[in-house]
Amino acid sequence: MKHWRLYFKQNQGLLVAIGLFLFFYGAYSSLHPQGFTAALFNQNSNECFALVMAAMAQTIPVLTGGLDLSVGAILTLVNCLASELLGGTAVENAIGFAACLLAGLACGFCNGCLVVYGRLQPIIATLASSAIFIGIALFIRPTPGGTVNGDLAFAMTYDLNEALMAVGLSGLSGSLAWCGQIPTTVFFALLMALIWTFFKRTQFGLEAYAIGASAEAAFMSGVQVKRAKLIAYSLAGFFAGVGGLYLALQTSSGNANIPQASAYTLNSIAAVVIGGTSLYGGMGGAIGSIFGALVLRSVAFNFRVIDEQSALGFLANPLYQPLVEGVVLLAAVSIGAFWVFRIKNRLEIFK
Amino acid sequence: MSFAVLSQQLRRRAQRTEKSIWYTLASIGLILLVGSAYTLSTDGTLSFLMPNYLLQQMKIASFLGIAATGMMLVILLGHIDLSLPWVLATSAMLATAVGGWVALPYGLCIGAFVGLLNGLGVAYLRVPSMIFTLGMNTVLKGLMVVFTGGFAPRSEAPEWMEVLAVGTMLGIPNSLFVWTAIGIAVVFILTKTPFGRYVYAVGNQEQAVFLSGVRTPWIIVGAFVLCGICAAVTGMLLAGFSHKAYQAMGDDYLMPAIAAVVIGGTNILGGRGTYMGTVLGTITIVLLSSMLSVMQMPEAGRQIIYGAVIIGMLLVYGRQEEH
Amino acid sequence: MSEPSPFLQLRGICKRYGGVTALDRVDFSCTAGTIHAILGENGAGKSTLIKTISGVVQADEGEIALEGRPVQFTHPVEANRAGIICIFQELSLLPTLSVAQNIGIGQQTKRFGLLDQKVQIRKAEELLARVGCEDINPRTWVRDLPLSRRQMVEIAKALGKDPRLLILDEATSALTSADVEKVFDILRKLRDDGLVLLYISHRMNEIKELSDVMSVFRNGQHIETFPKGRHGDEEIVELMIGRDMGHVFPPKPPPVAERAPVLQVKNLSWERQLDDISLDLGKGEILGLGGLDGQGQKEFLLALFGVLKDATGTIEVEGKRVEIAGPQAAKSEVLGLALVPEDRKTEGLILSMSIGQNASLASLRQFRKGLRVDTQAESERVAEMLRRLQIKIGAVDDPVSSLSGGNQQKVVLAKWLMTNPNILMLNDPTRGIDVGTKQELYQLFRELADAGTSILLYSTDYDELIGLCDRVMILYQGRIVRELSGDEITETHIVASSLNLHESSETSRNDQYLSSEAS
Repeated sequence: MKHWRLYFKQNQGLLVAIGLFLFFYGAYSSLHPQGFTAALFNQNSNECFALVMAAMAQTIPVLTGGLDLSVGAILTLVNCLASELLGGTAVENAIGFAACLLAGLACGFCNGCLVVYGRLQPIIATLASSAIFIGIALFIRPTPGGTVNGDLAFAMTYDLNEALMAVGLSGLSGSLAWCGQIPTTVFFALLMALIWTFFKRTQFGLEAYAIGASAEAAFMSGVQVKRAKLIAYSLAGFFAGVGGLYLALQTSSGNANIPQASAYTLNSIAAVVIGGTSLYGGMGGAIGSIFGALVLRSVAFNFRVIDEQSALGFLANPLYQPLVEGVVLLAAVSIGAFWVFRIKNRLEIFK
Repeated sequence: MSFAVLSQQLRRRAQRTEKSIWYTLASIGLILLVGSAYTLSTDGTLSFLMPNYLLQQMKIASFLGIAATGMMLVILLGHIDLSLPWVLATSAMLATAVGGWVALPYGLCIGAFVGLLNGLGVAYLRVPSMIFTLGMNTVLKGLMVVFTGGFAPRSEAPEWMEVLAVGTMLGIPNSLFVWTAIGIAVVFILTKTPFGRYVYAVGNQEQAVFLSGVRTPWIIVGAFVLCGICAAVTGMLLAGFSHKAYQAMGDDYLMPAIAAVVIGGTNILGGRGTYMGTVLGTITIVLLSSMLSVMQMPEAGRQIIYGAVIIGMLLVYGRQEEH
Repeated sequence: MSEPSPFLQLRGICKRYGGVTALDRVDFSCTAGTIHAILGENGAGKSTLIKTISGVVQADEGEIALEGRPVQFTHPVEANRAGIICIFQELSLLPTLSVAQNIGIGQQTKRFGLLDQKVQIRKAEELLARVGCEDINPRTWVRDLPLSRRQMVEIAKALGKDPRLLILDEATSALTSADVEKVFDILRKLRDDGLVLLYISHRMNEIKELSDVMSVFRNGQHIETFPKGRHGDEEIVELMIGRDMGHVFPPKPPPVAERAPVLQVKNLSWERQLDDISLDLGKGEILGLGGLDGQGQKEFLLALFGVLKDATGTIEVEGKRVEIAGPQAAKSEVLGLALVPEDRKTEGLILSMSIGQNASLASLRQFRKGLRVDTQAESERVAEMLRRLQIKIGAVDDPVSSLSGGNQQKVVLAKWLMTNPNILMLNDPTRGIDVGTKQELYQLFRELADAGTSILLYSTDYDELIGLCDRVMILYQGRIVRELSGDEITETHIVASSLNLHESSETSRNDQYLSSEAS
């Protein structure tokens, strides 16, 4: 029993994020004329996946006490790369797939090198590298376009049944029939969450937390700070790459859109904070960030279904939506501020 | 004063001048060189070095420069202001909507007010500045969407804005005068007033400043207010330049402003930096940008070179110390 | 019978920090199967000795030999591998990680590449049980544990590294007395198993109970090592203090019967650290605060400076009741308070700024000419202050980090003297400072007091309390347990009161010691 109480205390951020998500998505589902259907769920999860990946990517450098302002840029770069490489035969696509993931990893690794060997501050290093990555994306795709294999795109944007059939297998039936209706994106999100959990349980995951908690104590305890940071930034690049890959499949094109990249980066930071990870490092996790991203998207979904006659009817007007999104974001990040009022020794606010 | 004494003074001055200033000056020189070489080789002229052209660049630089000035104050504290884009746009949109001479204090007050909110959130609520100003940016964007109904703003910028943004006096762009005036004020604040000393001190060790009997929250609020005002000035000038305010007009100013401050030698963690550095950093970025456009470098190349230059310069003089 | 060969031997070890010699040709050795106490006052070199042995710093000269073989450690982890484990005070704990993770970091067992959490937790439970802390849930975050539990985790972590030489640096200062006994039992058992234990403490009772051998250090030099029992308490204290010319205090004025009270504190309480404190500070008086570390002295000074919120009780300055809202109000002319804080590097100075800017930081208002600072007047006053305090500098624009510890502390003092305070509060001002500078500071304090500034001096150095103060208040667990004035201020009285012992019977002493609870 005591374990549960401890769990609640240590995962407050995550649980709040999950709660917020259930609230906003629940409100949306109940207000939606169709209610909660598989098709709607599929569409929603497709709309969320890229941001979810960006949020997961941002989490890891933040845990080490740093930041990655190039998440959106890496996502865009891999998006454009995918639109070049995924238009061929099955074998070519498979190689292209792997190449894209590797590209994301490589971009992250470059960020890591700038921070570790270049000894540049993460904010400014990733700010500069984001320009370079976007430049490369623009080089690959000066104008939006590219080709993505239709079957592949179809498989990735529908449910498991479609995905299996695209590969040539039959859909799921019998007792597992409902499984077949799980959107592919949910499946892959779970896969990524599994990869994260695996990472968290390895030595390098622990070291990432340790560095964020206290770089000095981590060093004194023998943690190889350089290696751990390199791995952290590389993994971030990998997740961002997955997001970019998916975006290509979803839109069947590559688009080196700078404002969009910037939006992904900033939203990923917001998602990380909402999900309970501290910007100072050492605390939180990517699962929370996943829900943080889902909260951001769910709030937006609600605007589509608000009843104009109801008390909140003014929100149905698309004009008010960005404002409400902004207010929700500001409120969400200010919630954690109440510890300041309970402090008895003013010196503690400087910690 | 003898030559020996003078040269010794100069030498000591040179030693104390930040590395970054030498490197930005060198970069500016290099850019001018490369640009001129290009124009020389393509159409046989040194149009890159023409006074008209350079003055035009300085006009553009003044817009970025004013925004970077405000950003510098906040970065000196060890914070950051990601609400620059929409403070800029909001001041521009609301000021042009009001119109007339009243638009000036109106716009400035908007910038100051948002800066006040940012400062309160960071200094008293202790929310990390990155996320608080980010949220503020989104809120402002939302407000402006409601205000403009989603359309492009229709109000024409009042005449004084256009005069300041586009006009010249004695052949020198007015906006450059504005930048200079703001620059002189900021240099005065930073080097001659107690507030300026406190800004540097807080960026280094807020705790020690607090224990020296200084109201550190006010310093933080003050810097954010000044940053908001600078953003507002930039917005109104930009509105004057384009005759109207327009959606997302501030988005292209955030990253370059931060880059200008950092290239200029200000430490992103706060506590160190000179205004001269920010000025030179601004000029470097603007000249680099224009050189790339003169060379008709495609956007891809521009971005890559932009990022590479920042990294390159910082690798030389912006590295953290070893543990 | 021949002596067993030493486990660890230091020969001719020297370590300097700038102008200060922390270790001066130290020869030191310890043998297996002993609990070896290291005694000395602050600045004697104990800490530097420990850091040298455990690999945190490297000596400038000299050799270290482990079981006869010369060794050199460039990182604490290397020392750990050789079996030398040091228990710090919280320095090596990661606050947002669990107890089990903290204990296990650096030595995890893996299963398919993943850290084996079950093994990690089991190992933590074993070690926690060994230190008698079965009640700590190994999944708790270290940051959520009270200070004494964190210390026990630190000890458990050290045991988990299989030490052959275990160093405890004031490791029991934060523990409850029950925990202290548990730790003592463990230490004795480890000693019987053949470990060497180096134990630093300034609690004489603990040392006498626990140790087999004692070493006294003074001013960076190793004075003597002797088995327990060879010297009595007074002799040991004499060895620690020595008859150094370095500790010459300026003559104290004869006790003044009636001093106008400049500050009157009545029933000041705050959280658990301050408990109903009442005292008066007279004009021109030097009032000392004594007692063991962490008994509320620091919090008391912070409360007077307005840093603590929701303190109860009343404070009167010059007879008028005041509310001190914060440091800015405290330093105002009306109140005239000044505080030289505990940690000069993070609380007293801005290390990367210049000497001059640091010196004027608290008094810029005086130099205001319109909107600007009158730099002429400022630099004149700063120069005058630097002269007066005899601070030797290269140029006033040099960063203050370039100065020695003693000069840095003088700059902090200069900063506050420039505000012309009525009441100067000092939080252990001479900690870690060389003897020469200490002398100068003592002279300065006496001059200030004679000129009318009232001084509140918290010091962990008994000499200072005895040599400087007109009166001394001993704090214990946030309360004033004894007031000493004039001739009453002696080492014996101070030490006894610090442990909340009174010259009552010997028999009640142990009872009181065991039943008293440290925070």
